[in-house]
Order: sequence, then structure tokens, then C-alpha cells
Amino acid sequence: MPRWLAHGIVIALLAAGGGWACARLDMTWNWGVVWEYRAAFWKGWWTTVGIAVAALVVSCLIGLVAAMMLRSRWPLVEAAARVYVELIRGTPLLVQLLVGWYVIAAALRVGTDYRAAVGVLVLALFSGAYMAEIFRGGLDAIPRAQIDSARAIGLAPWQTLRLVILPQAVRIVLPSIAGQLVSLVKDSSLLSILSVGEFTFAARNVNSATYSTLESYLPLAAGYLALTLPLSALSRWLERRFRYEAA
Amino acid sequence: MNLAIRGLVQRFSDPRSGASTTVLDGLSMTTGDVQALVLVGPSGGGKSTLLRILAGLDRPVAGSVTFDGEPLPQDEPGLLRYRRTVGTVFQAYNLFPHLTAMQNLLLPLVHVHGLSEPAARGRVQGPLERFGLASHAHKRPAELSGGQKQRVAILRALVVQPRRLFLDEPTSALDPEMTAEVLEMVGELKASGTQFVLVTHEMAFARRVADEIAFIAAGGCPVLASPAEFFDSCPDPRIGAFLQRTLHA
Repeated sequence: MPRWLAHGIVIALLAAGGGWACARLDMTWNWGVVWEYRAAFWKGWWTTVGIAVAALVVSCLIGLVAAMMLRSRWPLVEAAARVYVELIRGTPLLVQLLVGWYVIAAALRVGTDYRAAVGVLVLALFSGAYMAEIFRGGLDAIPRAQIDSARAIGLAPWQTLRLVILPQAVRIVLPSIAGQLVSLVKDSSLLSILSVGEFTFAARNVNSATYSTLESYLPLAAGYLALTLPLSALSRWLERRFRYEAA
Repeated sequence: MNLAIRGLVQRFSDPRSGASTTVLDGLSMTTGDVQALVLVGPSGGGKSTLLRILAGLDRPVAGSVTFDGEPLPQDEPGLLRYRRTVGTVFQAYNLFPHLTAMQNLLLPLVHVHGLSEPAARGRVQGPLERFGLASHAHKRPAELSGGQKQRVAILRALVVQPRRLFLDEPTSALDPEMTAEVLEMVGELKASGTQFVLVTHEMAFARRVADEIAFIAAGGCPVLASPAEFFDSCPDPRIGAFLQRTLHA
């Protein structure tokens, strides 16, 4: 069976199940009212894209630094990175956002104009902890002999990093990074609790204005899928693309 | 080359437990003017440790090394400059897997020795053909056999026109057939006048290619001998025991 057909059958079955449930519940749809709010959805969706991209860039930097700290020879540096990673990965993002905004940002007298920036920063710190482990894995996967080889042919340390270690590490971690980006996109929905005007916040507003819950939240799901499905496909493509590395 | 080693000490310490192991304990030896020096001896005796010091990859804890009267630098910037004048081949994982064989050869020429890419390609074309690797130049290491990989690695060390090569058990990770093709290449280096220091367990090959053989075992002083002396008159009882074990392995 071709892959597209298999996917088609599974999706058709899901749609049939959904349709059956809706018919049984005797739903009356009110798409017309929600359509009036399409501009709000559109704006929220783009805000989510912006938040995800900004958080991705910052979390990559945080993750790279934390990964190098995790590999440090100095126990204090390694411990700092380890505590950061475990603390962040072991607690809900919801709590981190609340603490970040209502405790830390408040203590620093950060104005309400910056709630989106604080949200992005907390999200980046959250995602960075996962990135750190991804990067650490990538760096660990480079055999010690590769560094020896680079030194033996006379590469300077920065050349070794640029020409030998990073190109290989990036190939190893790219699929996982793309996968992490999928999580990042969905996790950004929690920024709505800080009243950041992103996609989920827009859907919540539409819902409270129209009392059309499913009509507000189903487009939300579709909007997230429009972002995450291509990213998943990218992740799988990258995995195939760089498989030769294994040998 | 004349190699003179005085009181070489090398220790490794475990970063976690802090326990340290002495691998070389005051090693001294002076070779004659040799083209090919072969280091043999039991595993863990310090052959590879010594070779890494000679190749400028590791700094010894104490002692001195001179090649043709020229002392090995003692600081990392000096060692980096030194490494750029010699070539080193390891047991395995020499090549960079993200680059093709050709790119592996070009990397040191372009990024270390400042050749333009066309000039570098011109430099490697002849050697690639000479060693039967031209048709594999576009392949990545994963697509090459172990023997081909190792021959490309030797070529990469060679095309920068080093003063001498250091080969650290270049055939230990290979099956017998591939071992033969790599040893044949090393044999050709000998014939073409390239100076090298080789660590190997291939005794028959050591005998054929060496001008002098150094037997290196833990604790004791190395024994230097010509191949004929080494294999026929056995200048030290430890060598006899070692050869017995090697031949019956």
C-alpha cells in the first residue's frame, strides 16, 4: 500500500469518527460569527510564529552554552548547568511563567509592555534546558579521535570547532532540534496566561466574545498543525538526509 | 633522522578519582640516522603514548626529544607549528565523516597551508591516481572500505609534504586483506624515501621496512636494534618472550 493511501485512510477514519460524534451530540455550528474574528486569529497566529522563532534562537544559544557547561571540567560550572537543566525539565512551564512574570519580572520592576519579552525569555529558558541535552548528546557523539585528527593536521582550536566539530554535531542534532521546535510552538500557547496576544489568547478572546467554544478552538488546533506538521516532516527529512553519519 | 630522547616521563591522571598512571618512566634512547623507525612491544607498554609525544599531540610531564638535533617545542603554540610540519595517522576514525575523500585531502592544504583550492586539487590529483584512489575521491568515508579510508588518511598526511610521518598502528583495525593494501602503501613510502616512525604489531612487516626497531615495554628501558639483530639474535630476553607470544597469538 502506498504511504499516501495509508495516511489517507487513517485520516478519513478519524474524520468519520469526529463526524459521528458531532452528529450524535446534535451540534449546531456557528461558524459565521467566528469568521468575523478571522483577523484576530490571523494576528495571533503570526504572533505565535514570531514568539516561536525568537524563543528558538535564544534557546539555541542558551542550550549551546549550557551543553558546554555540562561538559566542563570544573565541578561548579557543571553543577550550575545540571541544576538549571533538571530544575527546568522537572517543573511545569506554567509555574515557570508565573514565577518569571509575577515574581522575578515584578521584583525587577519590569513594565507590562514587556510581558511578551519576558514570556519569550522564560519559554527560551524552558526550551534551552532540553536543547542543552540535545547539544550535549551531539558533542558527546563526536569521537575523541576526530579532535586528535584535526590537531594532527595542524588545525588551530577554533578551526577544529568550526570545520570539524560543529559541522558534525549540527548534523547529529538537527532532527532533534526540529522536533524540539514542534514542542516550542505548542508550549508557546501557555504565554496566553500572561495575556500575551498570541494564537491561543486570540482563540480564548473569540470564545468569550461569541460563546462558540469549538468554533474558536478547532481553528486553533488547525493553526498549530499548520506549523507543526511541516516541522515534523522537516525533522524526519533531516534524519534521513544525515543518516550516512552513522557509519 | 636522528631521534634522541632523554628521560621522558608521561603520566595520566583520572579527572574524577585523581589516580595517576605512569606510562613512560624516564625513557631514553638515541637512534642512528634512520629513515624508518618501528616501535614494537606489548600493549600498554607506552608505544602509542610515545608516538603521540613525538607527533606533538601530547606534552610529556618531563624529559626532552630532539629530531636531528632540533628540540621538540614545549608549549602548545610551538607544538601547533610543529604539527603542521609533520603528518600523523591513527588506528581508526582518521577521516572527517562529513567530508568526501577529496575534501578531507583539501582541508589541511587550504585551511592550514594556505593553498588556493585549485592549487590544492592539482597537488592531490597525482598521489590519488598513484595509489589507486582517484575513482573514490568523491565518496564520503562511510562509502569507503577500511583499507581505502586508511590509505586516504595516509595520503592526507602526505600531501602537505611533511618532514616525517607518524603512523600509530595504522592496520590494527583492519582485516588481513586491507592490512596488506595499507602496508603495501607504507612500503612504497619507504621506497620513495619518506621518513617515518611506525607503531605496529605486524612483525614480518616491521622486519622488512625498519631501519631500526625499538622494543618498548612498561618500566624497562627500550631496546634498539637493527631488524636482523632484533629477530635473529634477540638482544634481550623480554623480546624473546614477546615474539613467542606474538607468533603464537
